[in-house]
Amino acid sequence: MAQFHNVVIVGGGGAGLRAAVAVAEANPLLSVAIVSKVYPMRSHTVSAEGGAAAVIAEDDSLDEHAYDTVSGGDWLVEQDAVEAFVQEAPRELLRLEHQGCPWSRKPDGHIAVRAFGGMKKKRTWFAADKTGFHLLHTLFQSALSYPDIVRYDEWFVTKLLVDDGRVHGVVAIELATGRIETIIANAVIVCSGGCGRVFPFTTNANIKTGDGMALAYQAGAPLKDMEFVQYHPTGLPFTGILITEATRAEGGWLLNKDGYRYLQDYDLGKPTPEPVLRSMELGPRDRLSQAFMHEHAKGRTIETPYGPIVHLDLRHLGASVIDSKLPFVRELCSKYQNIDPVKELIPVRPVVHYMMGGIHTDIDGATPLEGLYAAGEVACVSINGANRLGSNSLPELLVFGARAGKAAAEYVQSLQTGPRSVVYKQGDDEERRLRHELGRHDDGTERIADIRTEMQSTMEEGAGIYRDGNSLEKAAVKLHELRERFERAAIDDHSSTFNTEIVAMLELSCMLDVAQSIVACALQRTESRGAHQRTDHPMRDDEKFLAHSLVHRQPDGSGRVGYLPVTITRWPPGERVYGR
Amino acid sequence: MSTITMEVTRYRPGEDSEPTVQSYEVPLRKEWAVLDGLNHIKDHLDGTLSYRWSCRMGICGSCGMTVNGRPVLSCASFLVDYAPGPVRVEPLRNFPVIRDLVVDISDFMEKLPRVKPWLIADPPEEGEFLQTPEEMDEYKKYSMCINCMLCYSACPVYALEPEFLGPAAIALGQRYNLDSRDHGAEDRRDVLASAEGAWACTFVGECSTACPKGVDPAGAIQRYKLTAAVAAMKDFLMPRGARR
Amino acid sequence: MTAYRQHIPLFWWLRQWSYLVFVLRELSSVFVAWFVVYLLMLVSAIGDGTYADFQAWSGHGWVLVLNVVALAFLLLHAVTWFALAPRAMVVPHVPPWVVLVAHYLAWIVLSAGVAWVVLLR
Repeated sequence: MAQFHNVVIVGGGGAGLRAAVAVAEANPLLSVAIVSKVYPMRSHTVSAEGGAAAVIAEDDSLDEHAYDTVSGGDWLVEQDAVEAFVQEAPRELLRLEHQGCPWSRKPDGHIAVRAFGGMKKKRTWFAADKTGFHLLHTLFQSALSYPDIVRYDEWFVTKLLVDDGRVHGVVAIELATGRIETIIANAVIVCSGGCGRVFPFTTNANIKTGDGMALAYQAGAPLKDMEFVQYHPTGLPFTGILITEATRAEGGWLLNKDGYRYLQDYDLGKPTPEPVLRSMELGPRDRLSQAFMHEHAKGRTIETPYGPIVHLDLRHLGASVIDSKLPFVRELCSKYQNIDPVKELIPVRPVVHYMMGGIHTDIDGATPLEGLYAAGEVACVSINGANRLGSNSLPELLVFGARAGKAAAEYVQSLQTGPRSVVYKQGDDEERRLRHELGRHDDGTERIADIRTEMQSTMEEGAGIYRDGNSLEKAAVKLHELRERFERAAIDDHSSTFNTEIVAMLELSCMLDVAQSIVACALQRTESRGAHQRTDHPMRDDEKFLAHSLVHRQPDGSGRVGYLPVTITRWPPGERVYGR
Repeated sequence: MSTITMEVTRYRPGEDSEPTVQSYEVPLRKEWAVLDGLNHIKDHLDGTLSYRWSCRMGICGSCGMTVNGRPVLSCASFLVDYAPGPVRVEPLRNFPVIRDLVVDISDFMEKLPRVKPWLIADPPEEGEFLQTPEEMDEYKKYSMCINCMLCYSACPVYALEPEFLGPAAIALGQRYNLDSRDHGAEDRRDVLASAEGAWACTFVGECSTACPKGVDPAGAIQRYKLTAAVAAMKDFLMPRGARR
Repeated sequence: MTAYRQHIPLFWWLRQWSYLVFVLRELSSVFVAWFVVYLLMLVSAIGDGTYADFQAWSGHGWVLVLNVVALAFLLLHAVTWFALAPRAMVVPHVPPWVVLVAHYLAWIVLSAGVAWVVLLR
């Protein structure tokens, strides 16, 4: 027995919930379902801390937000998409305000904004330092007022059904029961988020395994700009827990082992006691993480059992600023690091945080595969280019979640025909494959966790903040080997009830695909731009590479890389200038 | 390296008629949360152990468990605090157990929409609702609920009367009632002021003790009782006039 | 799906001090009811002119014990009730402890009033 919906959304985080509501509002007669491997309020949007950028202040302008975004992305940015984004972002954040989001306020009751990295004006809306949490719960709770949105909570999507160049639905497992179901849909919107877990040290939650990227990739849709992996400069050692950029926006300093604000040595401006926009600690994330690597090479970081660190100093902000603007940071530091940032320095190091790349979509979230849409971190429009600016991702998932939902709703209304029987057969085949996976023998020679750990260290060594042809070649070979070993992986658990081991295995399969696509794109791009830094090609090469990488999956899992020119409307490529 | 024993409740439907306890030795490291111990078991000792987790920073609400008898987030409770052990890890109480440490929270998911946890108001034509920081403080702590279910696990009323709406759901209803932008208190009253709502609470107070986010659901409920009582009194004295 | 229903042990309320207090407070309602009955008996005795009999009966050891126990439970009830007052009554610009203290003051004043009526008049 199959289930039927007009639109199925994979993922119940910020983008998925926004898309579902957009579909419901576009046409209340459409049946829309959210299929998510966790309850929606557990989605990783919940972990976003610092804020959401949208022009609201009197002294600010859409053009300035657009320019900051384009230059922050090192011009690998679709400028028409950015123009739409900056224009629609304020509307989306206001909409959330009207739904109850507790945005922090000025004393007069208006929305407050804070500074953020790479932004020339204060334009980041925030709900203290739990912005993602409040945004997600507001979206989820207000989505509950649409009783017609069907939810498949804790269902894991394993396959997109494709026939005749068109997407016709998904196959998914209900975790609680092991039931495998074919869910037919006229359109599918993938909103499943990023893939930080491909790397060993990440701010990303355990669920961020690139499932949606892999689903689309396997179904024939290309991934875009996968070599651009954002390292956030300030994660806690060992856990990788994010310490928000808002700490620096409120005036925090980055200090090396000599207590020196080392960013001044890396063309990021001169240190001042008060934070200066687009300068020093408020530079873009790629440049700050790269500066850390240079400090480390100079021996000016501090060695710890969990890798080299520098210090984030918030002490001069005082308890009242920290408690009102950064309470979660204080809570996290106390719980996970046993320190009080009011009195002590916070140890931090760069940590994998965000995928600029993702499923290739147009400005409406449509992929080249008919009926398939994507929005949020899983997608690549691209407004983020080679480096995303902090606080652009939350408005992005709202703006493009809404756009994808609207576009999908329009698309399904134009459809005349349903799926052919071959689609149902695909569903049955997938069910058989999954049953077979479940039955993998105990006598397999490989453990899932071992392969995963090796994949993660391969990515860190081969495709970290700095890469070169050699390291990437090695990583490609190693990933190929891991792919073979994966075929021999065993699982201990053969139960059909909440089998988290088979989920881990399916996730690992997705991560291997994503890892290979990252390495394939990184190998081909013989230049340095934004977050992609090749030590063997240290310069930006606009002649050849002012273009998006597009990678198609080959049957053996390897990626075939091509290029797509960048849309430039008003901001010709220039130098990225910070602090001068 | 020193180790600690983790005694983990196992329940495999179809195999076990009731839960059993399985012991594992895991490394005792000062940074390790109880969750890291479970992950060590899952990755290296026994792939069949099932539990939920995601953000490992105490904000997604997935990893609630009963550790040494107390409901906690396993990502925010540390093995060294239970040394020398053993550490007893059980599923959250008061919920049906699906498997091992995974409990069925569909009861809460069904109850939550009943309190209408969304803003009921006509938005201004232009711009935002104005709300001063002081007005926000009125409801802010109740908006911090991560739906981790620790409060339900700690609540004996919920154990004895499963119909009880429960601490988190009522606190979330109150969160919107106390929001200066909201006009939905009357719409929520039938549910919140029912016998299964605030009045079922007998103020044990353990929900607020268990809450990892300082929400104080017990306070929210007591506060609502007073509001409901005053409203009921008004209805009684002024049958028509008092209702908005 | 055959989920396992966790059973509640008979002595679950001994697991934690707060649970025990909760159960004792629930139990206190029985003694509140007893005080009401006792009061009605008193009123009825005065009305019937059998107050002396009532006094004699009240002097019985077991009635004394019962009333002492009932008093203890009523105190428990009142104290725990007052303890939650500041959380139920959130008065703007008034710190919670003031609400608590106000409750105790009101209690003392009312008790003094009753004592004055009973003992001095």
